[in-house]
Amino acid sequence: MLGGGLAGLILGGMQQIAVVPMILEAETYETGGDEESEAAPGDEAEVEPWAPEDGAERTFWTVLNSMLVGIGFGLLLSACYALRGRVTWQGGVLWGLAGFAVFNLAPSLGLPPELPGDAAAGLEQRQVWWVLTAAVTAAGLWIIAFQPKPYLKLFGVALLVLPHVFGAPHPEVHGGLVPDELRTSFAIATMLTNAVFWVLLGVFTALLYRHFGGGAEDPAAA
Amino acid sequence: MSTGQNTKYMSASAQTAKVTMDTALAVSAAILIGTLIIAAVGFAAPEVVHSAAHDLRHAMVFPCH
Repeated sequence: MLGGGLAGLILGGMQQIAVVPMILEAETYETGGDEESEAAPGDEAEVEPWAPEDGAERTFWTVLNSMLVGIGFGLLLSACYALRGRVTWQGGVLWGLAGFAVFNLAPSLGLPPELPGDAAAGLEQRQVWWVLTAAVTAAGLWIIAFQPKPYLKLFGVALLVLPHVFGAPHPEVHGGLVPDELRTSFAIATMLTNAVFWVLLGVFTALLYRHFGGGAEDPAAA
Repeated sequence: MSTGQNTKYMSASAQTAKVTMDTALAVSAAILIGTLIIAAVGFAAPEVVHSAAHDLRHAMVFPCH
């Protein structure tokens, strides 16, 4: 919990510096062309209920959610450590990189990082594809890492490739309202911040897991 | 996750030999809570939740909008 919260806090900080300005910039395009963005079949309500005010309130919620998501992913990593029995901080780096591959890299191969105003396929289809891809990638990596038999490793590789052969849901019309340059730098910024977040999360959770006597204790305490 | 705790325990112990019943329970709890948090922050549909987590969803490359 602590490690997740800490990594999440750092993630939140990095995002505020590197990523959020681009989201805000993209939103200026979004609000400038509402008709196009409505063409994406989102289920959003027409009337907008509560949303945080721009500025401090919005930053607060984003950072709070970063910490929550850090805790959530931290719990998943701790569960992995407990299943494997032990972990070193170097192992934590590898676990973090695996988490990055599972939850950021693999899904964004099919669904590139989106900015407000980007055209995209239906939200539910994309969420389903995202979840399935993360799950299948996690299973594939686990098999490759921990199954000694070569033919099983091959099966793991097949699992990694499967979601991309199947293909992610895409909009009929590509492109969006933001310039391509902004989208490219957004993609780089998200990938970098998320990679740093995952490595830090892996190391923090691994160290804390060891500190709290990993294995006997509830990993939720780490 | 709640059913077949014994089967889970047996197969897990066959792989790692060190997994105890307590660990199995703790692991299940951690996975469950972790997944719930991520689902709430990253995927929950209600507009209020979406608005609060909006920037993070984009930054973490969750599907959004």
